Amino acid sequence: MITARINHIEVQVPEGTSILDAAREAQVNIPTLCKHKDLLATAACGICIVRNKGGNKLIRACCTPLEEGMDIATHDKEIVDVRRSTLELILSNHPQDCLTCARNGECELQTLAADFNIPMESIKRYVHDVPPDCSTGSIIIDFTKCIKCGRCVQVCQEVQDVWALSLLGRGINTRMAPAGDITLAESPCVKCGQCSAHCPTGAIVENDETPDVWEALHDEDKICIVQIAPSVRVTVGEAFGLPPGTNLTKKIYAALRRLGFKAVFDTNFSADVTIVEEASEFIERFVHKRGALPLITSCCPSWTDFMEKEHYDFLDNFSTAKSPQQMLGVLAKTYYAKKLNIDPAKLYMVSIMPCTAKKFEISRADEMYASGHKDVDVAITTREFARMLKQSGIDFLNLPDAEPDSILGDYSGAGTIFGATGGVMEAALRTAYYYATGEKLEKVEVEAVRGLEGVKVGKVNVAGAEVRVAVAHGLANVASVLESVREARKNGEELPYHFIEVMACPGGCIGGGGQPYGVDNERRKLRIAGLYADDRDKAVRCSHENPELIRLYDEFLGKPLGPKAHKLLHTRYTARPLYKR
Amino acid sequence: MKTLTRQDLAALAKQQASSPAEWIRVQLDTGGIAAGADSVRTALEHARVEQKRPFSLLRVGSVGYSFADPVIEVQSAGLPRILYGRMTPELVPALLSEQFDGGRLLEDHTIATRKRSLTIDAPVTHILVRDTSSDIGNKTAFFQSSFQEELKRRGLEHVQVVRALDMGIYDEGAVVQLLPSPVTYTNVLAPDVARIVAESVEANRVIDDLIWKAPDKQTRIVLRHSGQVDPDSVDDYLQRADGYQAFAKSLFELSPEGVLAEMKSSALRGRGGAGFPTWMKWKLTRDQPAEQRYIICNADEGDPGAFMDRSVLESDPHAVLEGMMIAAYSMGASQGYFYIRAEYPRAIERVQRAIDQNRELGLLGRDILGSGFDFDAKIRLGAGAFVCGEETALIASIEGKRGTPSPRPPYPSVRGLWGLPTAINNVETLAIVPAILLKGGEWYAGHGTDTSKGTKVFAVTGKVRNAQLVEVPMGTTLREIVYEVCGGVLDGKEVKAVQTGGPSGGVIPEKLLNTHISYESLQELGSIMGSGGMLVMDQGDSMLDVARFYLRFCVDESCGKCAPCRIGGYQLMQILDRISRGRGKADDLPLIDRICHAMQKASLCGLGQTAPNPVISTIRYFGEEYQAYIEGGPSYARKIKRAAVDAATAAPSTAPVSS
Repeated sequence: MITARINHIEVQVPEGTSILDAAREAQVNIPTLCKHKDLLATAACGICIVRNKGGNKLIRACCTPLEEGMDIATHDKEIVDVRRSTLELILSNHPQDCLTCARNGECELQTLAADFNIPMESIKRYVHDVPPDCSTGSIIIDFTKCIKCGRCVQVCQEVQDVWALSLLGRGINTRMAPAGDITLAESPCVKCGQCSAHCPTGAIVENDETPDVWEALHDEDKICIVQIAPSVRVTVGEAFGLPPGTNLTKKIYAALRRLGFKAVFDTNFSADVTIVEEASEFIERFVHKRGALPLITSCCPSWTDFMEKEHYDFLDNFSTAKSPQQMLGVLAKTYYAKKLNIDPAKLYMVSIMPCTAKKFEISRADEMYASGHKDVDVAITTREFARMLKQSGIDFLNLPDAEPDSILGDYSGAGTIFGATGGVMEAALRTAYYYATGEKLEKVEVEAVRGLEGVKVGKVNVAGAEVRVAVAHGLANVASVLESVREARKNGEELPYHFIEVMACPGGCIGGGGQPYGVDNERRKLRIAGLYADDRDKAVRCSHENPELIRLYDEFLGKPLGPKAHKLLHTRYTARPLYKR
Repeated sequence: MKTLTRQDLAALAKQQASSPAEWIRVQLDTGGIAAGADSVRTALEHARVEQKRPFSLLRVGSVGYSFADPVIEVQSAGLPRILYGRMTPELVPALLSEQFDGGRLLEDHTIATRKRSLTIDAPVTHILVRDTSSDIGNKTAFFQSSFQEELKRRGLEHVQVVRALDMGIYDEGAVVQLLPSPVTYTNVLAPDVARIVAESVEANRVIDDLIWKAPDKQTRIVLRHSGQVDPDSVDDYLQRADGYQAFAKSLFELSPEGVLAEMKSSALRGRGGAGFPTWMKWKLTRDQPAEQRYIICNADEGDPGAFMDRSVLESDPHAVLEGMMIAAYSMGASQGYFYIRAEYPRAIERVQRAIDQNRELGLLGRDILGSGFDFDAKIRLGAGAFVCGEETALIASIEGKRGTPSPRPPYPSVRGLWGLPTAINNVETLAIVPAILLKGGEWYAGHGTDTSKGTKVFAVTGKVRNAQLVEVPMGTTLREIVYEVCGGVLDGKEVKAVQTGGPSGGVIPEKLLNTHISYESLQELGSIMGSGGMLVMDQGDSMLDVARFYLRFCVDESCGKCAPCRIGGYQLMQILDRISRGRGKADDLPLIDRICHAMQKASLCGLGQTAPNPVISTIRYFGEEYQAYIEGGPSYARKIKRAAVDAATAAPSTAPVSS
């Protein structure tokens, strides 16, 4: 432990704690624009400067570890003056169009400027005139608003291993952009949106498609239907001041009905369908030795995009089962439409997702039109959904509870944990165990695959055979898992894993790029806890036991992996190498 | 080449270096070659072959006399070694016939030696003359003919009177140097001519009231081999420059701790600018537990007008390499990197050759000289970013990353290249190391001041009469360097200020030129030692323009990582540009002050922290110039600009030494 003083208050922190973190122990907030709790300090903004022992030099609190005997001053006159000047300089390089910015009210730069009460501009404003990058349809980059804090670059390169974003140029011409100044769509970008989740300003935001949704809701020729993703129920409350992890499922159903949706479905239902298909696939491959092992999950569109670009040698290992979003889309426009005798062309499917890549997934491949129409018409993120609720005038938090449309709405506990890292694996194992043994798992919780460890591995005994599983989240954690499989294949050794789950975003969908701002591991834990609580409270905890799902297969689909299921619920992947290895 | 052994080195240490009797050394550094040294060498080679002359033609680095490039040095029978400057191929036939056949020196190209003899030990054979006064009316020719007449009168026509190119003494009237002794007389007046011939030439007695006793201000430690040894030849370095003796001594007579102790007693501080004690840097690196440690030679010299490191690498690459090897041994590093900017192709080539030669000799590689010490070195090229001279950015660059600084701590000595302990030393620092090990730390500490020991190389450029590399002990005054070593200002104008430390430094006004140079004294004046660039400015130079020039450099070279430097530098530039157009505002100076302050205090690395120095120091010493622009408005700005254009077009300044 280190003992030191911060503003004359003695603090004790573990060795290696930064001055910035240690200051909180002394109830002192040191402002910063570039340091994100999730990430390593980039030391870029120069706002968090402090002084040690009255010295002449000012040091950065974000990247300087507190040392024994330090005597830190955080807010003397010179420090505050320099901070103010630096902030003014940053503002002089920013368009300051806060009122029309997507981050209005949620922007770290705006907040800091307000805190400092910058009265007027004394430094002439200079902003590069660069058009925004709207090439992906998922993420919009407005380069003029970028303060070059480097968070997005770090997240893109170090956390996600995608390397779509870099810092280019130098001096005042330094810019964050895809290397080579290409568009984001041409870059290796997988649309995970972690850059937007970590951006302190409005420089990187989701492509706001709420106008399309409003348009459709007001269109009398369209029948708007909606689905909400597993993780959205425990995160949307944050936008309304509730603590992370607060489960608002039933309020969301109610709000969606008031917004004008004719039918409210739950992606958790189709998550159960995905599990039934995927677990069947696993049994095919593992028990009947038909198909490549390890089986790798494919419900995360950023991950499939990444795989097609970077790890396409694993194409055959991918589960061909579509993601829950797409399954619900196609089932709504076939099964639901048929059942209620509605013209599917009139159906307009909106999905509310934690994710910017889901916007890309809805037109990813031909199979996304399996119903004969676009299965999902528009995907909006949790943040967009929260804005819609605020625009609608609905007193969201005080709504009476409501239920989903029972045809595609009821879900098992296995479906809801899809939103957390390890959840798909756990859900699939619950069902696969049953398929292999005909028995129900005694203890459905698979603790080995829970938690925020970057790579989690575990073993499950299924009918006397050992199933080795691995769960990775945060794309940078994928390489080591796949490399060990490659290595084993090359050497003709036994596979290290039979089943691998990958989610692009750290923490899984609850940490998705479209979730409310301010994510860090604390929040991730609370959000995940919210999902596991939902699972625990469910009477039905295995996907194959979901009564609505059983009815769906009986009435419409036939068998899992059967011809109809195959036509509607499965897809293909193609190698799209960006760079030669 | 056969592998060198410890015994070979020991034998070399005892062996007396033998040089050919007659030789010509051509100084082939970048500056010399740019001035035409290659064609001079070719002409010499042709003449040597055609005329079957017995002299050896040698390649060496530069002695530092940039103002006189191309420079050659000639040793012919019966004459002392003579330096010639401003050589051309056309002069070669005359040179050979005059000096080798007739024992006579070339008019207008001979550079007087800076050695001082106080007695005349041998009959005078040549008299060099030059009028060094900077006022109008050059009397060199008058003195030459006076001497010639007087010699003739006394029947001493065999003594040649030569007009010199440079005497190494300035503003001391007519200066005369008698060779071979060499005795130098200053402020010689017409009546003294007869006295000199009678007393000194005929009777070999020195004349006490004329003799110039002041020794040369320069002390050459870093530049000890520059212009003396062939940078492309390890043999030359081994045989004539005690090559690798210091390394062998470190390996076999001193332990790594012994090397550190010797370095500690020398009190050598890093010559890259910050002045961190070298021994401590090595010790900190050594004390880190690690499997592998690295030593990096920082040769990313980028200050405008600075060329010390280039010259040392081009003139004496083996000394730098030997310094690196000793450093590596002392800290247990097994891999070294030379980080050289790509704009220095000749330095790169020569260092690479030195590395190759050492590998062949077994001086690099495994179990060097049977000592069990493994070490190898390689070159990494800098791609032209000034900020990559900052050590954490340099490491990022070697690792193939974007060259931007990282926060310290951790310092590179703890976590450096590839995350391992790394020491980064400047070229000049490493070049000094073998000298310290050979002659002892005490000897080195005998030079310089209390806090700043040893010597420092400066590249003196700008409006100075003789732009050159100078090496002076710490504690020498700026005035001595500018006036006594480099001859003052071009065209006899007055110095207005001297800028030291490159873009991170500041200007020092004329009234403070008597400051004794040390790391601390320059810092007190708002400048820094830096790596040794020194730019002289005369009364015609606008300090606002000087500030803009250096600031522009830093704005262009800012890596853009941190906001105070990236935006602050740009905004500061905008304000200065506006003031220079006469569009300044009354509250501009406080705003400049505020931005400078933010940059100094909140920038991450040295570049940003020091970038405002030229602005701050020019405002500090020449604030009235800023004020004049702000108060005078556009008409004043136009007037100043017109005056500058007029001055530039009216009298193109020719170097006065050749006039």
